[in-house]
Amino acid sequence: MSEFHSVTLDSDKCRGCINCVKRCPTEAIRVKNGKAFIISDRCIDCGECIRICPHHAKKAVYDKMSQLNDYQYCVALPAPSLYAQFNNLESIDYVLDGLKKIGFDDVFEVAGAAELVSEMTRDMMKSGDYPRPLISNACPAIVKLIKVRFPKLLPHLHNVLPPVEVAAKLARARAEKETGLAPEKIGIFFISPCPAKVTALNHPTVDEKVVDGVLSASEVYMALLPAMKEIDKPVSEQISGITGMSWSYTGGEATALLLPKYLAADGIENAIKILDEIENDKLSDIDFVELDACFSGCVGGCLNIENPYIAKTKVRNLRKYQPVAASRLSDFPDFKKEQFLSSGEVEYNPALELADDPKKAMEIMLKIAQIEQKLPGIDCAACGSPTCACFAQDVALGKSKMSDCMIIMKKELRDILAE
Amino acid sequence: MSTALNMHYIVDGSDFTTAGEASTAVKMSLKKLGIAPDIVRKVAIAMYEAEINMVIHAGGGEADVMLESDKITIRLIDHGKGIPDVDLAMKEGYSTAPDTVRSLGFGAGMGLPNIKKYSDEMYIDTEVGKGTTVTIIINLH
Repeated sequence: MSEFHSVTLDSDKCRGCINCVKRCPTEAIRVKNGKAFIISDRCIDCGECIRICPHHAKKAVYDKMSQLNDYQYCVALPAPSLYAQFNNLESIDYVLDGLKKIGFDDVFEVAGAAELVSEMTRDMMKSGDYPRPLISNACPAIVKLIKVRFPKLLPHLHNVLPPVEVAAKLARARAEKETGLAPEKIGIFFISPCPAKVTALNHPTVDEKVVDGVLSASEVYMALLPAMKEIDKPVSEQISGITGMSWSYTGGEATALLLPKYLAADGIENAIKILDEIENDKLSDIDFVELDACFSGCVGGCLNIENPYIAKTKVRNLRKYQPVAASRLSDFPDFKKEQFLSSGEVEYNPALELADDPKKAMEIMLKIAQIEQKLPGIDCAACGSPTCACFAQDVALGKSKMSDCMIIMKKELRDILAE
Repeated sequence: MSTALNMHYIVDGSDFTTAGEASTAVKMSLKKLGIAPDIVRKVAIAMYEAEINMVIHAGGGEADVMLESDKITIRLIDHGKGIPDVDLAMKEGYSTAPDTVRSLGFGAGMGLPNIKKYSDEMYIDTEVGKGTTVTIIINLH
């Protein structure tokens, strides 16, 4: 069965080059008959292929602003990384006001909810009752990576919902209370920095769906910019402080726990290395691990406008003179902590296994080893698979033919001509 | 057709940055075979410890991995200085690692004990001045 992915291919634009094939961290892309295709159950929606594609054939599918018309009352949930997209922004209140000008009736800052998540996590860690190290669940691409490649680490995943989901629950409750409208008439929209969050929120696998749509930061930015220019003095008041805003870049979530023994890493290759180490029991003295698939964290998401490093600097400027945290759990007395906990455990996805039966898998693996010996080992990817080893696997599984290897073909051709 | 998959790795004794590559590759193969995560972890930990040991004490060596449908046999062969007292070396916390290695967080004297803990069978064949061969067997089911 093919599951939903935000990352998709525009096959008219695809020229069948191997940039994305080589870049994909889970070897989920192949080129067949001159076009790339994504192996659905391996894709973790990290967006690396979108970033690398020189022809813009890889794109993220997200909801459109026009969907706001389907609801009587709409609430925007801006990701903290959205604040980092603007030049010369004095205060994020301009962004919050701007959102109310472009069609939203209310705004609930994900950065505010992030402060609640930090508070809950701090309490949990103080109690000492958690698997060490606790691994953040805030980056959905990392969660999917763990699902596919590190099943042993699934119990280490944090069970407090990610900030966006906490924000969605609080926003909906507030909207229902203030408007008296039926739940289906209220639209909750997240403004996302990345395709991974589009997929995770629109098609959750463990918890219920809490948003009605996920918009792209870049698209909202285009609408926001002219609207914000008209604001003289904003009336909105931010509910996030340094803690919430810092969640937008790598290390922000971890440092908010005020614990010395944390580890924060960005980039999917680094994340894989760290997860390998945790699996090998090498990092059991670490209390908390924050991993972000994108370099620099959420400001590095491929739906953003600004360069991640510039964006980070902008967040630091916006944080200046702000309180450490502006939202506290006690500000939301109607909510119980249990409502912010994940309702189940993330399940292993055996997409990398060669066969259901280990004996069969062993036979395939032996076949792969035999095939690999015949291959040139130069990892040119002209066959459409990212490496010779991966090609050997594709051949063993009957998904590619030996004749797809250009080097072997060239040799055969030369032999024929020599005869 | 043979029913065992053989993998061979050279463990570079001069380079800490590549230590662990062999165990990572083996770990990935086991995952592809659909071996239970608990067993994959045992193999990864035992083999990584043994690899690191070869780097620290023996200037590297070779690792031969034989993967069969029911068990994995890892043989690590080095031509280092050998272990004078195996019983002592097997004691938790006993270490002869130099300070340079300890400063990297290794050499806590848990290498051999950990290999034993995470393997189903373990054999040490060592001769002072000649080298050491550590054999680790882990059942896959």
